[in-house]
Amino acid sequence: MDLSYGPRYEAFREEVRGFLAQYGHEAPRGEGLRSEKALAWQRRLIEHGYAARTIPKAYGGYGAQPDILESRIIAEAFAAARVSPGLGGQGISMLVPTLLEVGTEEQKTTFIPPTIRGEMIWCQGYSEPGAGSDLAALRTSAVVDGDDFVVNGQKIWTSTAHLADWIFCLVRTEPEAPKHQGISFLLFPMTSPGIEVRPLVDMTGVANFNEVFFTDVRVPTRQIVGQRGEGWKVANTILGHERGSLGDPNATMTRFNALLELMRQETIDGHRVIDNPLFRDRLAALQSRVLAMRLNDMRILSNKLNGEAAPLANLISKLQGTELRHELEGFAIDVLGELGLAYGANPAKQDGGSWQTSYMYFLGLIIGGGTSQIQKNIISERGLGMPREPKLAK
Amino acid sequence: MKFGLSEDQTLLDATVRRLLADQIPLDAVRRYAEGDGDQENWNALCELGLGGVLVPESAGGLGLGILDAAVLAEALGYYVTPAPFLGSAVLFPRALTQAGLSEVEPWHGRLGEALSGTLRVGVALPQAGGQRGRDGVQAAGQALSGTVTLALDDAAQAYLVGADDGALWWVGADAPGFTREAFETVDRTRRSVKITLSECPATLLSQNPAVLADLRAVAWVMLAADTLGASRAMLEKAVAYAGEREQFNRPIATFQAVKHMCAEMAAEIEPCTALVWYAAHCQDHLPQEAATTAGHAKALLGDVGQFVAKTATEVHGGMGFTDLVGLHYWFKRIGFNRQCFGNPQRVRAELAELQGW
Repeated sequence: MDLSYGPRYEAFREEVRGFLAQYGHEAPRGEGLRSEKALAWQRRLIEHGYAARTIPKAYGGYGAQPDILESRIIAEAFAAARVSPGLGGQGISMLVPTLLEVGTEEQKTTFIPPTIRGEMIWCQGYSEPGAGSDLAALRTSAVVDGDDFVVNGQKIWTSTAHLADWIFCLVRTEPEAPKHQGISFLLFPMTSPGIEVRPLVDMTGVANFNEVFFTDVRVPTRQIVGQRGEGWKVANTILGHERGSLGDPNATMTRFNALLELMRQETIDGHRVIDNPLFRDRLAALQSRVLAMRLNDMRILSNKLNGEAAPLANLISKLQGTELRHELEGFAIDVLGELGLAYGANPAKQDGGSWQTSYMYFLGLIIGGGTSQIQKNIISERGLGMPREPKLAK
Repeated sequence: MKFGLSEDQTLLDATVRRLLADQIPLDAVRRYAEGDGDQENWNALCELGLGGVLVPESAGGLGLGILDAAVLAEALGYYVTPAPFLGSAVLFPRALTQAGLSEVEPWHGRLGEALSGTLRVGVALPQAGGQRGRDGVQAAGQALSGTVTLALDDAAQAYLVGADDGALWWVGADAPGFTREAFETVDRTRRSVKITLSECPATLLSQNPAVLADLRAVAWVMLAADTLGASRAMLEKAVAYAGEREQFNRPIATFQAVKHMCAEMAAEIEPCTALVWYAAHCQDHLPQEAATTAGHAKALLGDVGQFVAKTATEVHGGMGFTDLVGLHYWFKRIGFNRQCFGNPQRVRAELAELQGW
């Protein structure tokens, strides 16, 4: 057990802190994705290697070698300073790594530079009304007509579709092939004729998601990533990424500290909530779980670093991380009792109503990105080696 | 940076597990449950060095730390091994080191006897789990009086005894005024005793309550590690059984209802691995976090162990309920570990105090 990052990395941490002290005031604070402030900050971060750090220079990145500890230190330092770590989103976090792995040279030079600079915003067209947990059952079709694919169908749960410039989209190009082998991965502009975006209001009252309808949308055949019929493989080169990042244990720890503070301040019958033995017990029980998940995360980091395998530690993190966070947010509502019901424009709302919002939002994350039930299938099959359920005879 | 076990620790773990699987299989556990002693087991384990894991090298031990001891405790829990490991090999040497006595005679010599397995040291810490009824130990001069309802090890020659004022004492089982009687518990893999002290001459090891508090924290980590090992064994047994048992013409492991039970067990157990390692590491290297992380490990493993014990038994169906399969030895050992030296509720109340809530 060696918990120190070592002198080289501590020096690097100082370097990051130095940058934050010098430039931190330039960071956007709540300005939108498209604001000049956000774009200028993104350029500044890339210039110093705190965004697009490992993207090759040829594609507009900083060109550093991947280093897990450096990335971790950057994330920690920015979080500690409460400074925006730059732009994220599915273009930067999912499409760019995919293109680096399997894109053509032309695709890399065309799409990666504006994407990492935040000038090209993407949405992800994967889920469909009939293809949720069984994503490979997707039916949106793409038929070749001359130099184009012609796309017809519908996507759902498409976050940021209303803001996006482009979409990376899974479509069925080989209807006769087995379902996993008939899918292709296409890129096309959201301004293409034949696309309609309808906002989908979720239970929190916000429309982060959309339904997207395609009617005879023409996509040049060169805008395919990978070969025809390989779209499932292409999408899976990075899908594992998304799961791990949901229910981040460090964010949960921060939230736990806010809950602790809340319990110190709120009173019931004139006594602090934290002095109530039942609430104390629940808080301590929650703290054990939050701590265990944070340590599990350190173990995952260490394993990556040392090339060691502990597959279960990874496989359980989405399931446990999102469930734990949902429980934590719900507990805070119990702490507030009737006050915790305040919502919307109610001035009695505590902490901006974030406990209620997150309580529901994390229920969304329990369902999204592979439901808890799908996670349990994955844990039992890949982690414990249990057999798949036999397919029903058709 | 490395969060996890060293190569030496992994090797130690593998060596001990091989010995436990070969020499102390479930049959041996059954014999102990039916009345045999565990001294032979303990001798075999001591030959491998288990008795000396925490004993300083100057006294002939391995001079290792609490994380190494936790690795061993996990292995013993995995095989539900009857052995006086916690008292003789962990808390006794730890107490002497913390009290600054390990290089002083007669303690130095006694450490040598303990590591060879000839001296067994039991544990009587009535305060750790919250004092019940009239339990408690008071000192008058160099003599102790009082009652400890549950003390570990029925065959120890001496006991570490915690007094109500936070002092730690050493009491010989042959001392005048010392009596012990069997305290039969649900756990058949370790025997406990009720101790009564009546003006019993004793030796003070430390008056500093911090020593007793440290012993309690270390005991929490060890019990958590034991439960972690036992829980993992129960999960593995459940997965194996589900793969063999057929109903409706297919292995029950193909039913999602069964798979999800196993996945839930794995999802609960896995983060506990990191927690137990870290809590053990803190005992030697991060004193400011030692008590809280030990408490978290003890409390969480108490709950996770209880969930796994129930769920794994259910996966086994009717067979899980029988004596034949022997799964109940794990179930009961986990149940014992949950209550011993403080159940989750008690430990969490302590955690709140420790953090100034």
